[in-house]
Amino acid sequence: MKKLNGSQMIMEALNKEGVKVVFGYPGGAALNIFDETYKQRYFNVVLARHEQAVVHAADGYARVSGEVGVAIVTSGPGFTNTITGIATAFMDSIPLVVISGQVANSLIGTDAFQEVDAVGISRPCVKHNYLVKNIEELPRILKEAFYIAKSGRPGPVHIDIPKDITAAVGDFSYPDKINMKTYKPMYKGNPGQIKKASKLIAEAKKPILYIGGGVINSNASKEIREFVKITQIPTVQTLMALGTLRSDDEFNLGLIGMHGKYAANMAMSETDLVICAGARFDDRVTGKTSEFAKFANIIHIDIDPSSISKIIKANYPIVGNIKDVFEELNPKVKEAVDPKNYEEWRKTLKRYDEIHPLKYQDSDEVLKPQWVIEESAKIVNDEEAIIVTDVGQHQMWVAQYYPFKNPRTFLTSGGLGTMGYGLPAAMGAKFAAKDRPVINFNGDGGVLMNIQELQTIAENGIPVINIILNNKFLGMVRQWQSMFYEERFASTDLTKQPDFIKLVESFGGKGYVVNTKDEFKKALKEAVESKILTFIDVRIDRFENVIPMVPAGAALYNMILK
Amino acid sequence: MNDKNRRLISVIVLNEHGVLSRISGLFSGRGYNIDSLTVAPIPDTEFSRVSIVTSGDARVFEQITKQLHKLLPIYKVIEEGDFVEKELALVKIPLSVNLAGLDSVLKSYNGSVANSNSENLIIIACDDSTRITSFIKTMSKYSPVDIVRSGSVMLEM
Repeated sequence: MKKLNGSQMIMEALNKEGVKVVFGYPGGAALNIFDETYKQRYFNVVLARHEQAVVHAADGYARVSGEVGVAIVTSGPGFTNTITGIATAFMDSIPLVVISGQVANSLIGTDAFQEVDAVGISRPCVKHNYLVKNIEELPRILKEAFYIAKSGRPGPVHIDIPKDITAAVGDFSYPDKINMKTYKPMYKGNPGQIKKASKLIAEAKKPILYIGGGVINSNASKEIREFVKITQIPTVQTLMALGTLRSDDEFNLGLIGMHGKYAANMAMSETDLVICAGARFDDRVTGKTSEFAKFANIIHIDIDPSSISKIIKANYPIVGNIKDVFEELNPKVKEAVDPKNYEEWRKTLKRYDEIHPLKYQDSDEVLKPQWVIEESAKIVNDEEAIIVTDVGQHQMWVAQYYPFKNPRTFLTSGGLGTMGYGLPAAMGAKFAAKDRPVINFNGDGGVLMNIQELQTIAENGIPVINIILNNKFLGMVRQWQSMFYEERFASTDLTKQPDFIKLVESFGGKGYVVNTKDEFKKALKEAVESKILTFIDVRIDRFENVIPMVPAGAALYNMILK
Repeated sequence: MNDKNRRLISVIVLNEHGVLSRISGLFSGRGYNIDSLTVAPIPDTEFSRVSIVTSGDARVFEQITKQLHKLLPIYKVIEEGDFVEKELALVKIPLSVNLAGLDSVLKSYNGSVANSNSENLIIIACDDSTRITSFIKTMSKYSPVDIVRSGSVMLEM
């Protein structure tokens, strides 16, 4: 059997898992590992500039490629910095393997230099984690980590490896197969339940398909599109599902929830059957739960049984992988369902959409963020372009106004709502899709949270276009202060700002300040053509709000419409 | 604690380090109650059995069992069925108090004297959780200086 040291084992495992790029940041306890990354030829190692960004980049890479994102960091502060990134991936079910160095086994528990209880800290925000106690178990743990990260409901897996293990020599035989007694995810849905579901769908008068991030994770877009085509059932999408259906699909009602469309929220309020696929009834979606889909039966399809009936009681649970379940369900509904039955319902919803469409008051005096987003889509004009956002008002405007056409083209921090996500995630996305445009919409607040990654982007020559929707406010917080705190703008005024042009130029990129429509069009066209790191600092209407809005805790049908 | 909402769960877990903190962390992180928790290896296997007494309404309980299932080292979650549930109490009482009637008390709780020295007796009783509660109450008239109860262990029929 091949004898390798721990660090070499990691390289071999990553190779066998088909890893093409690793994001990392070195340090004392991870020195042996990084020394081996220097010697190997299997994968590209990208040095980010902060460990939080290391993980967001791996996350962005995973969301675009559908592969497991890999991050390597050192012990102590190196590891603690990753927690925000790990929690972000956990909330959105993104497959990651995060490897951290740890002080040597003999030093664990002595408060050694750069020691922290890493597995203790990561435990609540990972799918699973490991502390490697001896070299014999390392190959198995590496194999299991990748398997766990991508199987079932995907998620981040953390492996903490003491420094002596990274140097210790042992037998290396990488397991082909995993057989874990205690972990067997279910993929196929119960056939009886699926049959029952198709019967319920056929009998419903006002059904709604409610889809979430699970459809993207299980690559079920094709099956979902097929289902919608067969049944012509109106469909609402969560933030995480955007791109599953084309935005111009006639049965796509668009975004649901706090900033969802009127027709989508009314559909949910009046429906008699909710078919939920890969969504988890998040409070940003449901509003007041006692009023949510009050008249409806609930079919809930999810690979994670603990998601079912967590918030809204499901009458008809189906535990299984979305793709597998819809492969079974589609032929059944094709037989059972007559789309004409829902014609009245579709007409009602169409009327709702006509009465209260998504709209904004455009202006030639001051730039409206919604216009900027719509115009960006026209200029980029690439259905495969990857759109990334940070968190806040701009994120919701992108979700409302960007015409998504394909899955895995929208990257955003949904569950955790992590400011600082956009720039490093866009960077990771670009490594997964070198030939496609990557546009990062950011706020002027969040962009400063991981601004150091401009350096990583610049030195790797991966042009990311950053459109800063700059209202010199922490806009979303300001919006809440306007609506619910009598305009006391506590700690949200960002009037004093850095010179974003000089800033990006100092990293070797190009910057534009944009005040008019013409300036914006010109800047973005140049950016798309020039293919260098770009900042477009778009000065938008300072007091524009994200509308419509359901106030937190209110029923979905109680919307603020202007 | 509302007795109606008292729930018993028996969990079979892989014997690996950190597994107990995964379980207790799940409860604390999600705001569920742990009324008692005991754990010990199952002889001649790679598993341990964790006995948990918790409380909450039906929905909370459903979530607890589902979330437990989700933890990777958990092999089996036994949440229903006829459990035989027993708890143990040790009570230290000073020899200086009037011990009249102690024998009858011990008899009715299937208790015995576990040990004694020149100053104290240690009484042991093993019974259902509610009976242990009343046993401890009864022992109060002997001015106990220390009481320890084990938490429940349980086995399904």
